[in-house]
This record gives sequence, structure tokens and C-alpha cells, in this order.
Amino acid sequence: MSTNDGYYIPEPSKWPIIASLTLFVTVFGAVNTIHGTSFGMPILMIGLISVLAMMYGWFSTVVAESPSYNGQVDVSFRMGMMWFILSEVMFFAAFFGALFYARVLVMPWLGGAGNNAMTHEVLWPTFEAVWPILTNPDNTAFVAPKEAMGAWGLPAINTLLLLTSSVTLTIAHHALRKGERAKLNLWMIVTLALGVAFLVLQVVEYMHAYDDAMGLTLASGIYGSTFFMLTGFHGFHVTIGGIMIAVMLVRCLKGHFTADNHFAFEAAAWYWHFVDVVWLGLFIFVYIL
Amino acid sequence: MSDDHHDHKPTGLGRWLFSTNHKDIGTMYLWFSFIMLFIGGGMAMIIRAELYQPGMQLVDPDFFNQMTTLHGLIMVFGVIMPAFVGFANWLVPMMIGAPDMALPRMNNMSFWILPFAFGTLLSTLFMEGSAPNFGWTFYAPLSTTYGPASTDYFIFGVHLMGISSIMGSINVIVTILNMRAPGMTLMKMPIFVWTWLITAFLLIAVMPVLAGVVTMMLTDRNFGTSFFEAAGGGDPVMFQHVFWFFGHPEVYIMILPSFGIISQIIPTFARKKLFGYSSMVYATASIAILSFIVWAHHMYTVGMPLAGELFFMLATMLIAVPTGVKVFNWTATMWKGSLTFETPMLFSVAFIILFTIGGFSGLMMSITPVDFQYHDTYFIVAHFHYVLVTGALFAIFAGAYYWLPKWTGNMYDETLGKVHFWISLVSVNVLFFPMHFLGLAGMPRRIPDYALQFTDFNQMASIGAFVFGGIQLLFLYIVIKCIRGGEKATDQVWEGAEGLEFEQLPSPAPFHSFTQAPEVK
Repeated sequence: MSTNDGYYIPEPSKWPIIASLTLFVTVFGAVNTIHGTSFGMPILMIGLISVLAMMYGWFSTVVAESPSYNGQVDVSFRMGMMWFILSEVMFFAAFFGALFYARVLVMPWLGGAGNNAMTHEVLWPTFEAVWPILTNPDNTAFVAPKEAMGAWGLPAINTLLLLTSSVTLTIAHHALRKGERAKLNLWMIVTLALGVAFLVLQVVEYMHAYDDAMGLTLASGIYGSTFFMLTGFHGFHVTIGGIMIAVMLVRCLKGHFTADNHFAFEAAAWYWHFVDVVWLGLFIFVYIL
Repeated sequence: MSDDHHDHKPTGLGRWLFSTNHKDIGTMYLWFSFIMLFIGGGMAMIIRAELYQPGMQLVDPDFFNQMTTLHGLIMVFGVIMPAFVGFANWLVPMMIGAPDMALPRMNNMSFWILPFAFGTLLSTLFMEGSAPNFGWTFYAPLSTTYGPASTDYFIFGVHLMGISSIMGSINVIVTILNMRAPGMTLMKMPIFVWTWLITAFLLIAVMPVLAGVVTMMLTDRNFGTSFFEAAGGGDPVMFQHVFWFFGHPEVYIMILPSFGIISQIIPTFARKKLFGYSSMVYATASIAILSFIVWAHHMYTVGMPLAGELFFMLATMLIAVPTGVKVFNWTATMWKGSLTFETPMLFSVAFIILFTIGGFSGLMMSITPVDFQYHDTYFIVAHFHYVLVTGALFAIFAGAYYWLPKWTGNMYDETLGKVHFWISLVSVNVLFFPMHFLGLAGMPRRIPDYALQFTDFNQMASIGAFVFGGIQLLFLYIVIKCIRGGEKATDQVWEGAEGLEFEQLPSPAPFHSFTQAPEVK
């Protein structure tokens, strides 16, 4: 709740409308890339670069202004970040929901469960309702993978990497709060390295999946669809979180933040823990079960 | 930061482009919504003109489908939602004793995404092939396998709208939770603020799900995934589940703020406190929670296990309880009040009666076996137009008349307001009431042609539509006239008006509402 010691209202800013414009350019480029228009990819690239430039400019303004912010602004930022993370949770919930629905309801139905005996018998008699699906209902239109992605190879290592990175980030945070800057910088570097290692292994795993020996692709039926959309969006969010961590590292190295005033650092940390928790959900529901 | 520093208004185009002011941004939202009302309304006129008589007269069937699709999308995402965000921008800071929204720059971005998003959506009308033509619910496989190329523009347009809505609602929640004046406890907040708090929560919870489902559409269309393709182990019905998990809370996103507006207006013109304040708050929260577990009542006929049909039927009926509490409370507020019927009150009373008609037809359709007859007929069209036009849109009219004097400092023309009300009231019922009978008699929705026996009621509906559409030009005139001048409004505006915006701020309200926190008792 606000206090009586005056309010902070930011000056008018050109960044919001630039942000809207850059978002528009990005999606316009994206559609045209998908449609194979010649100018699609260049526009998409211009859009993405301008989004990044816009964020650099907007956040720089905020960083420069931040000494004049009062406690109320700080609380607003914190609440804003928390609600934003909730919206991200719900985004993943949609894809987890699709996975559960497809696996728990659709697959048995396609296999003849409930009142669907004729669907199975007449339309797709060769379909076997076993998850992960290795024979799709129409296995010529959607070629199923030859084997499923195991949990205890790279994914298990990745789980360890991400969990560890959450710990190292917390160590860095504690160091920041105690004013131990060298320790802070060290553990931020370790965190970033673990995040990058995760992404590299994820790429290796994707290459393995797309290899002919395995044949697990986006187009290999609902198993591949849910696998790649869930892990792909997670990887995308790790990338965003990694960029946040990298920016925080640079700011730490530049001597930004004080022991009791470092909201940006905390927001990045919350986001990083969030992608960590999502990964645990993925590891359990996409890989193990 | 000194206060007087912010007293001067920025000038020129930059005032609007770079705004960090909740009133300016609220104004832009409201005008945007108004413009979209006429675009979406124009499409409705095309639909009603084609349906004036059986046979094909004016447009070809594909264009007719584009009109029904875009009409729905524009009215939902471009008119009702932005209008309520405009009200939230204008009123929430004034009502809770704050200077502005909590995150003013993000507020501006939320607005300025909208012209791009709707520019994208409307541009599909001019694209090769056709604009989206699969209905505003964009069911797979109509939107995936059979969707025109422009569907991808539509998908990214929806992404942009989603980003805008999520940022807007984060802003509203944070403002309400963090910017209240000392003494403004949660249970002292005006009901409009409460309804928006809960609406914003719903938006944050379901707009990402909408983003998820259009993303699945995008990959199904372009990258070979099979979410909605049974041949690959997916299911087109899954689209409907994910869509309506968003879609049903979305329905309440469009009505809860209207409940808030009506709950502000009725006490003023009854000159009584709102009856059952806390039950209003709990009823709103109950409706919001229930909205997450009733989605499949939109899809009874699609094929679902019996247990599912039963669960969704019973859960849906439960919603009638908190909604009934609200209608009861509004009625009880008027009971033995010293009532006067200025235009906002007229629209509010009409809202209660007509929204209740829409609510009852909803209750009828919640009954699964009965819905098998109503499903996808004009009965459902009648139902959701009663809740969205005579519900949400009437609440927007009521709210606009109620707060315009506070916003502009001038009273609107009461006589013209009453003319607007009475013609709207009659024509909207001529427009939508016959649709109940058409639906019960079996006329399906979303068709450009129909069997001869439906002609009479369709002609009635079309005539009602032309009058209702035309009279909104009068509303535009009234608003412009009010902005340009008129009898000066007092600070309290209405004799019985309560709340910080009427008791502690002049009319028109200053550029930044409260530079020092007001005392709230």
C-alpha cells in the first residue's frame, strides 16, 4: 500500500511504441518467412535485432533512472515479474494439457477404447495404443520414431546441470547480499556456463533425435509434436533466461547492484528458477513416464 | 520527484505516442474500441443485410463466413475488452486514490500493440485467397487443414493481442494491489475495482493458453505437428478443449467488469448503499473460479464420455448461483430507494433485465440433453448477444454516460442520451429476441442462406439490426458533443454518487489523479 511520501511517475517515453513496432515487424517477418516470401527472413532478422536493441534501450533507461525509484516502484516491479511468471506457467500448462489429453484420452480412444472400437477396426487397425507411440494411426502421413527418447542419458545430465545452476545462482545471490563481489562474479559465471552447457546438450539431443536411426521429429506424430514443442519452448525460455543471466553478469562485473538493492538480479533469478521447475515437470512427464 | 513537475500535459502527437498517463491511455483505449465497434458493427450489418431474405443476394458464402469470423473476433478482442481496459485505466487509479497506473510505460505498450494487431487482422481481408473464414472460434481442422493462407497472419495477430492483454492485466493487478491509498483496504474498494482485479487474474491465467493453442495451430499448419490431426495420434477435439479452457474464462472477462460498472451505477441512482457488498465480492470470485471448470459445456455435441457431460453440466449450473446473488443484490439495492432514471441508470436497469434473459437462456443450454437441440443454432446466437450486447455493451454505454461528466467536466445531453437508450432498447430486442425462435425452430448459425419458413423472424432481426446499428451514430454524436462542451458538471456530478473519484476530485479530473494520497475512512 502506498505511503504519503509522494509518488513516482515515469516521464513519457518513446520505448513503448518502439517496442510495439518492433514486435509487429518481427511477427510480420515471421509470417513471411513461414510463407517462403523472399523478404521474409530479412524482415524477421531486422525485427528480432530491433527487439533486442529496443530492450537494451528501454532497460538502460530504467537502470539509469533506478536511483530515483522509491519503495513502491520496487514493489510494483516485483509484483509485475511474479504475475508475468504466472502467465508463463499457464503458457506451458497449455502444452502439458495437450500432452496429458493426447496420452491419457486420445491414444486409448484411437486404440479402440470406450465406444471407439470401430474407429480402430475400420480406420486404423494397425495402430497400437502404447506410449510413446511407435506406430502412428496413419504411419505414412506421420512417420513414427523408431525408438523413444530415453530419460537416463543426456536428459538426466541436463537435469543435474539445471538443478546445479539454480544452486549456484543462489550462492551468487547470497554473495551479492553479503557484498562479496568476487564470489558473486565467480558463481554467476558458473551459472551461465551451466545454462549454456544445458543448451548445448539439448542441441546434441535434438540432433540425435532427428538422426535417421531414431527418426524422432516434429512431424513424427503426437509424441514428437509434444516432445519438441515442450522441450523446444523450454529451451527457448532457457535461452531467454540465459540472456538475462548474461546481462546480470555483465552488470555485476560493471559493479552494478548493491547488497540491498538489486531487483533486476532477483527477477532474473526468479525466472531462472522458473525454467528449472518447468524442466523438472518435463523430465518427469516427457522423459521418464 | 516533485508533483507540479507532472502537472503540465505533454503536447502534440507525442502526448499520445509516448504517453505514461492513465487518462490519456484510457482515452486511446476507448476511442480504439469505439472505432472497432463501427468496423465490427459494419460487418454485422453486412451479415444482417444478406440474411434479410432467403437466397443469395449481396455477398458470396465465403465472404459471409469471413464477415461472421471477423465480426466475432473484432467485437470480442477489439471492442469489449479494450473498452473495459479503457475504463480500468481511467477509473482504477481514481477509485483507489493513486496518481496513475503502477507501470505506466508498460501500459502504453499494451495499448499501442493493439493497432498493429488489428491492422494485421483486418489486412487479411485484402489478401489473396481469403480472410479467416472459420468462425471466431477457429476450430481445427477448419483453421488448420482447410484454413486460408491468411490464417498465419491471424495467428500472429492473436499473439500480439495476447501480449497486450497480459501486460495490461499485470498492470491492473499490480496497480490495485500496490497503489491503494492508505486506509483503502481490499474490502473497501469499489466493486468495479474488485471485478477488474478478478478479471485481470483471469486474463493472466488464460491468455497464455490462447497463445498456446494458436501456436499449436501454427505448427500443425506449417511444421508438420499433429496436435489436432488424428492420423498422427492427435485429435481435433483437443483443439476445442484447449480453446474453450481459454474461451470460457474469456466470457467472464467480458462480463465481470460490466458487473462492476452496474454495481457502481445502481447505488448512485437508488441513493442507497450497494446491497450485499461482500457477497458481491465473493460472488465475483466464485464465478471466476467456476469459469475454469465448465469449458466443455461449449462442446456437448462433439463427443465426450458421459461422466464428462454430467460433470460439466452440473458445474455450469452452479454458476447460476453466484450470478443470481448479483442480480438479487442489484434488485435489492433499488428496493425502496429514491430512484431517478438518468441515462446511465436506464442502461443499468435494462442491463439487469436483459442480461438475466441471456443468463436464463444460458442455463437452458447448460442442460446437456437439451443443448443437443440448441447447439450451433440461432438460439446460441441469441444467447450470447443478450449477454454481450445488452450485457457487456449496455454496461459500457451506462459507464460512459455515468463517468463522461467526470472525464470531460461537461454533462452530456440528457435528452439525446434518453433517445439513444430507448431506441437502442427497442431495436436490440427486435434484433435478438426473434433469434431465440429461429434457433428453436432449427435455423443453424453461420449460414448465408436459409429455408423459407425462417424469413419473417430474419426480416424482423435485420430491421432491428439496422436501427440498432444506426442509432449508435447518435451515441458518437453525444460523446463528441459532451467533449466539446455543455453544461458544466459539478465535482460530485450525480447527487447520490460516492467514491473517491466523485468526492475528492474535481470535474474534469486532473491530469494525474492523486499526487498526494487521499484520506480514506
